[in-house]
Amino acid sequence: MTTVMPSLPEQGAPDESSLEQKETAGLSQGQIVRRRFFRHKGAVASLIVLAFVMILSISSIGWGFIPGWYKWGYNEVLRGYQTGQPTLQVWPFSSSFQWGAHPFGLDRLGIDWFAAVMRGVQQTAVVIVVMGILSTAIGVTLGALAGYFGGWVDSVLMRFTDLILTLPTILITAVLGFVFGVRGIWPVAFALGLLSWTGLARLVRGEFLSLREREFVDAARVAGASNPRIIFKHILPNTVGVIVVNVTLLMAGGILVEAALSFLGFGIQFPDVSLGSLISENATSFNTRPWLFLWPGIFIIVIALCINFIGDGLRDAFDPRQKRIPKSKDLRSSREEKSKAAEGA
Amino acid sequence: MLTFIVRRIIASLFIVIGASFIAFVLVANAGDPLARAAQSQDPTVRAQLTRSITESLNLDQNVVVRFFLWLKGVGGCFVGKCDFGKTIQGGDVTDNLGTYLLVSLRLVLAATVLALVIGVAIGIITAIKQYSGFDYAVTFMVFLFFSLPTFWLGIILKDLVAIKFNNFLNLPGGPTFSATWFIIMSVFFGLLTFSILSGTLLRKLAISLAVALGVFLIAFYISETHWLLNPSLGLPVIIVLSALIACGVTTLTAGLKNRRALLSALITAGIGCALWYPLQIFFHDGMSFGKLMLLLLIALVVGIVVGILVGGDDRSLNARTGAFTALGVAIIIFVDRMMRAWSTYSSLLNGRPLRTQGQVTPNLQGDFWITTTDVLVHLFLPTITLMVISLATHSRYARASMLEVLNQDYIRTARAKGLTERTVIMRHAFRNALIPITTIIAFDVAGLVGGAVVTESVYQYRAMGQMFQQGLLQVDPNPVMAFFLVNAVLVVLMNLVADLAYAALDPRIRVTSS
Repeated sequence: MTTVMPSLPEQGAPDESSLEQKETAGLSQGQIVRRRFFRHKGAVASLIVLAFVMILSISSIGWGFIPGWYKWGYNEVLRGYQTGQPTLQVWPFSSSFQWGAHPFGLDRLGIDWFAAVMRGVQQTAVVIVVMGILSTAIGVTLGALAGYFGGWVDSVLMRFTDLILTLPTILITAVLGFVFGVRGIWPVAFALGLLSWTGLARLVRGEFLSLREREFVDAARVAGASNPRIIFKHILPNTVGVIVVNVTLLMAGGILVEAALSFLGFGIQFPDVSLGSLISENATSFNTRPWLFLWPGIFIIVIALCINFIGDGLRDAFDPRQKRIPKSKDLRSSREEKSKAAEGA
Repeated sequence: MLTFIVRRIIASLFIVIGASFIAFVLVANAGDPLARAAQSQDPTVRAQLTRSITESLNLDQNVVVRFFLWLKGVGGCFVGKCDFGKTIQGGDVTDNLGTYLLVSLRLVLAATVLALVIGVAIGIITAIKQYSGFDYAVTFMVFLFFSLPTFWLGIILKDLVAIKFNNFLNLPGGPTFSATWFIIMSVFFGLLTFSILSGTLLRKLAISLAVALGVFLIAFYISETHWLLNPSLGLPVIIVLSALIACGVTTLTAGLKNRRALLSALITAGIGCALWYPLQIFFHDGMSFGKLMLLLLIALVVGIVVGILVGGDDRSLNARTGAFTALGVAIIIFVDRMMRAWSTYSSLLNGRPLRTQGQVTPNLQGDFWITTTDVLVHLFLPTITLMVISLATHSRYARASMLEVLNQDYIRTARAKGLTERTVIMRHAFRNALIPITTIIAFDVAGLVGGAVVTESVYQYRAMGQMFQQGLLQVDPNPVMAFFLVNAVLVVLMNLVADLAYAALDPRIRVTSS
């Protein structure tokens, strides 16, 4: 911090706003956002955990042309290991750490459960990424059009949003599954993406409604900018924060919706797997083989939790209204700095 | 305002009809209703089944024609003659809808109210204690709840918690806690109190220790007397709890320094305790749900009357305090009576009282209290499952909205003019923080019926969600459409209510008729 602080005569509590200005002086918007994000310890830790889970799942059983280091495949049926007990031993439950031949055990057919869960992680990731892209595209487009043009465009688009809001996701997946004859990951991903943009569209519309009244939009219009240019170059960059935060939280919710669909019998079904379908297929074997039920569940919770925390960190980083109340430590150090400056003067 | 409402209602009507049409076409394409009939072996039976299903669902007509036939039946609701059609088994969907809707509401009502009250309370406390240990712990818990798949939690509760609890009740030495549990419980409640309290370190430590000791003693008593097998409160405990409620309510509404408010709360609590014994006789036979509600109403009226009679400068404040106290005391007396039915109920079910399937025990013989216990026990785990998820949402919203209000200038003004912290929080901040929360409540009510599909499936509750799921699985269009219509009407209606409530509560927002 090389900014020169004006030394105030009194030694009282420093002004909160001056502290904030000092933190952001001389930084670009991107730098400020990145700094605020990395200050959110939960979000950073979640980012690391999420990256670890994804790398683990891709490197262990491989993905596409990437070869994996794990010895069993997710569709390899193994015989001769009857009970299927997990061989993983971790500290609080046993004295030593041991990986073993089948860390998460085997299922009834004899498929290695670690490989299956890793496959589930990959497929779930594909589902929520497809869903995120689809709902962002639809939600942002409709929200921007409704908010920017207003009038009858707004009315029609918002009533259409209301209409979509009433359609249950189960119905759409049931229809898509019946029409395509399979219930793989794609129908589910498309159904989720086609239905989950409503909240985003409303938020983007709200942002556009307030932003289009601002001076910089008038300035752009006076300078002769076309409507598409104003929408994409001038207003949309200002709504990135809202969009990023909400898409993140939408994706965290999408994992749970996908799992619920599988449980009700309308989601992804064998031979395609996802974390949700792995749990729901083994929901009845909770008392006999609990690991089949617990491990995919733990991975769902970890992934959803990480994405939620990342979303929270992004919200803190993007939203200028979320003013961080300075901790007493910060105030004290700033006060000391000031008194030093006063002494030096 | 009126034109706005009328326009929105007309628009909503068209939305519902349009959405129903889309849904109807989708359902028609979700499978073949005749597939099941085609599987039967006997050709004459097959032909007969196919004919009867085709006839009752008008399958020989075009989809659009079928939609309008369906719409005509449903439109009869406006003149009191609903007709939602028939299931493929020939049952009447309209009748089913009535029963299932009631069961659904019963399931969802308690969860919603509890989640709302607890969630908002937690949100407010975490906002006041922002960045404290309590705030961080609660934030983590809330995010964890956000990330739990509903059915995963449901199955864990059903297959682990319920079974363990029933086993615990049937331990050979009776239900007694081990030493570890005593320590865990005392330390947990002690830490909880410590993190919520404010003030000097010594005060916080003293109160937390007292709470921890109290929890230890209560747990010891429960364990030693096998209280869980035959629980009851008894008059002394009721008196102590009522006094605590009176003081607690007064602290929140008026502050303990307001002697008149405290007096009205204490008098109300006293009346409640005095009526405990006569009420037991009244409870003994011929109880019904209607009488119970009547008693609750009487209790509220008594609270209000006491508040007004005590008088003073602010009668409405006293009346409010009295009414809230009356509500609390009434609930305690009700719980006490329910506890007395527990032991009989438990023995009727072979000592494994925590049920996890269905909505009532079939063929259960017993009076009002036994059957009520039965319904509540069946509601217990589903309610927790439903509650945990919406609790997380509510507390998060309440926290954000409270933080926004607390940063406003008028809060600073209120503090600067020397109001007590209680007045600032309860009167200036809390009430304004509730405005955005009303919107969430409206959406929550809209999601009520549809949101419980998974929970109903886990606990095998025969209600709306099951009707929808089974209808889709068996390719039975009419039940699916009935669910869809109820859901769509609720969603659209509650959207409208949310907008109106927001405009009514917040004068800064004005509805324009666009």
